[in-house]
Amino acid sequence: MADLIKERAISIIVNNKPDVLARIAATFSARGFNIESISANVTRNPAFTKIIITTLSTQETISKIIKQLNRLVDVLDARKISRSQVFRREMILARLSMAEDRQAAVEELVGAHGGKVVSRESGSAILEFTGDKETIEEVLNRLEALGMEDLTRTGAVFMERGNP
Amino acid sequence: MQQTGSQILFKALKEEKVDTLFGYPGGSVMDIYDEMFRQNIRHILVRHEQGAIHAADGYARASGRVGVCLVTSGPGATNTVTGIANAYMDSIPVVVLTGQVTTAMIGNDGFQEVDITGITRTCTKHNFLVRKIGDLQSTIREAFQIARSGRPGPVLVDLPKDVIQSVIEADVPQTAVPPAEEACPDLEGPCNEALKLFLRAKRPLIIVGGGVILGKASEALRSFVRKLQIPVASTLMGLGAFPGADPLWTGMVGMHGAYYANMAVSQCDVLMAVGVRFDDRVTSKVSAFAPHARLIHIDIDPVSIDKVIRADVSMVCHCGPALKTLNRLIDEQGLTLPKSQIRYWHRQLRQWKAEMPLQYCRNQNIKPQYVIETLYQLTEGRAIIATEVGQNQMWAAQFYRFDEPNTFLTSGGLGAMGFGLPAAIGAQVACPDRIVVDVAGDGSIQMNIQELATVVHYGLPVKVVILNNLYLGMVRQWQELYYGRRYSQTDMTQAPDFVKLAEAYGVKGLRATKPEDVKRVLLEGLETPGPVMMDFQVEPEENVYPIVKPGAPLTEMSFGNVRAVA
Repeated sequence: MADLIKERAISIIVNNKPDVLARIAATFSARGFNIESISANVTRNPAFTKIIITTLSTQETISKIIKQLNRLVDVLDARKISRSQVFRREMILARLSMAEDRQAAVEELVGAHGGKVVSRESGSAILEFTGDKETIEEVLNRLEALGMEDLTRTGAVFMERGNP
Repeated sequence: MQQTGSQILFKALKEEKVDTLFGYPGGSVMDIYDEMFRQNIRHILVRHEQGAIHAADGYARASGRVGVCLVTSGPGATNTVTGIANAYMDSIPVVVLTGQVTTAMIGNDGFQEVDITGITRTCTKHNFLVRKIGDLQSTIREAFQIARSGRPGPVLVDLPKDVIQSVIEADVPQTAVPPAEEACPDLEGPCNEALKLFLRAKRPLIIVGGGVILGKASEALRSFVRKLQIPVASTLMGLGAFPGADPLWTGMVGMHGAYYANMAVSQCDVLMAVGVRFDDRVTSKVSAFAPHARLIHIDIDPVSIDKVIRADVSMVCHCGPALKTLNRLIDEQGLTLPKSQIRYWHRQLRQWKAEMPLQYCRNQNIKPQYVIETLYQLTEGRAIIATEVGQNQMWAAQFYRFDEPNTFLTSGGLGAMGFGLPAAIGAQVACPDRIVVDVAGDGSIQMNIQELATVVHYGLPVKVVILNNLYLGMVRQWQELYYGRRYSQTDMTQAPDFVKLAEAYGVKGLRATKPEDVKRVLLEGLETPGPVMMDFQVEPEENVYPIVKPGAPLTEMSFGNVRAVA
């Protein structure tokens, strides 16, 4: 079976220290691996941080990255997130200029994809969407057509399903 | 009782049984040097910080213990970076203590400030910036633990001046780091699989690497080889793990490997790689490396497994436990390899060795290989040999037969010229009763020549053998073979008079210009008490053979003007 390049995700539990993110990033760059998205935050135990990184890579490459990460002293655990057992979400915030003629289209988009208008000033609005990969891509296409001014994406976050 | 950061530092070093520091003082470490005045610890004052880190590295390689290096902030720290990268590539346990500006000053571009933890992030196994005195003792302990455990490597500890100057109640209990148990996986399963492969093998081979030496597994290896009578080849870093004089010794593999070693790897049907990471200088063209072999791979670093070559059986553990388990299973099950099964293979190896031994053509000039051969005979193979990098390094690897581990100190992974002399200093400090020789070229000896002053300062009887061809020989060789003899910037004819230079430092200088001088000069150099530098004016355009063109299969070796004798 061909080892395809596709989006693959790694979950890393690290010590919550100032230079740990730099070490993780350096491990990727020193070995020539590219980070597609990264999200990091402290865990329920404030001594640790959970980092989720997605990368476009082959199965073989991701195995090598994970071995390299596990070699770092401040990494407690790095492992591949197996797609069949997880729930993937990403959030975006988008700013649009709100000309009169776009109102209806924006309301329709928000309604169709469970979005929210989180801020509305004179002439512009900030919209929030959360969803799986396909939903976010669909929403982004629509937002481009509506004249999106700026965009922030969180990158993918994942949660494993509970054991049955 | 109140204690300063400096006092705690020395207390922590003594807990780690450190008896020697290699270092160079400066502004931000003056408090440490002031405290050293009162401490009973040996400090070797080098003449350049690169010398300090290489010497600590050589000390570690020769003694099997952690080497320690102490330098100041800024340029003191950056001057160690090459040596840190060198130790990292060869997995050598060293702890580097660097001074740093005060914690309040960090980030403000203070005088002699550099972000040394940032700079060395990807060439240390780990590094620390100690921000408060309460963390100092536990950090030093952890640094040593990390440096020597698992796959060893360099650890840097950055020490801000105010942390070193501040005081703390010494009785405050320090956070102790429990010594990590080195996890050993279940080895019986994979060992039985490995033995099953060997028992069916007709052309079995072992290739050993630096991991056997670092893991102190030479004895277990020798006993394994005796039991099954399997030939042993080696990487550059593995030299000494198995006796070079043993009939089963099959030589060094790789770009400048022996004909019979490269042939053996290319023909074997079962290959056990022990403490090897498959550097590109070893494998050359990966797809043509050991193409007929099932691979058994033993290495402490999981990253090494399947990184370059996919293993059929793998064990992530120190080489010692794996080999000992293999030995126990062989004994318990009464296993042997029937002579009839491997007779053809042993005969084949003898034939390859006879067809094309490591050899060179003699003429009226001194051949560098002859110098190394004579050095081997006169020292009866019992010297510790440090090398510089280039042709001198390869000739030392080929023509000195290493019988014991920790006796060949070479910059394998990084290939750092200037390594040999300071490494020899470190080795001589660790092993005062051994003969320590730096095999050098005229180019690389000039990269850390200032350490001759250190040699004299401490009365270290280091012997320097310069294979002086007035070229950057290895680069010139490549230019000759692969760049149409265009000798771009490799002519080093403008060289110092090495004999006078030695004498200026207070080192005895000797010179040989004809083959008949070689033995006499080496004898005089070795028998003279104290340091000696010997200038061997060798054949200028001698090449290292065999050579495999980078990227070619190991079987495609060139032999130059050396023809098969058979």
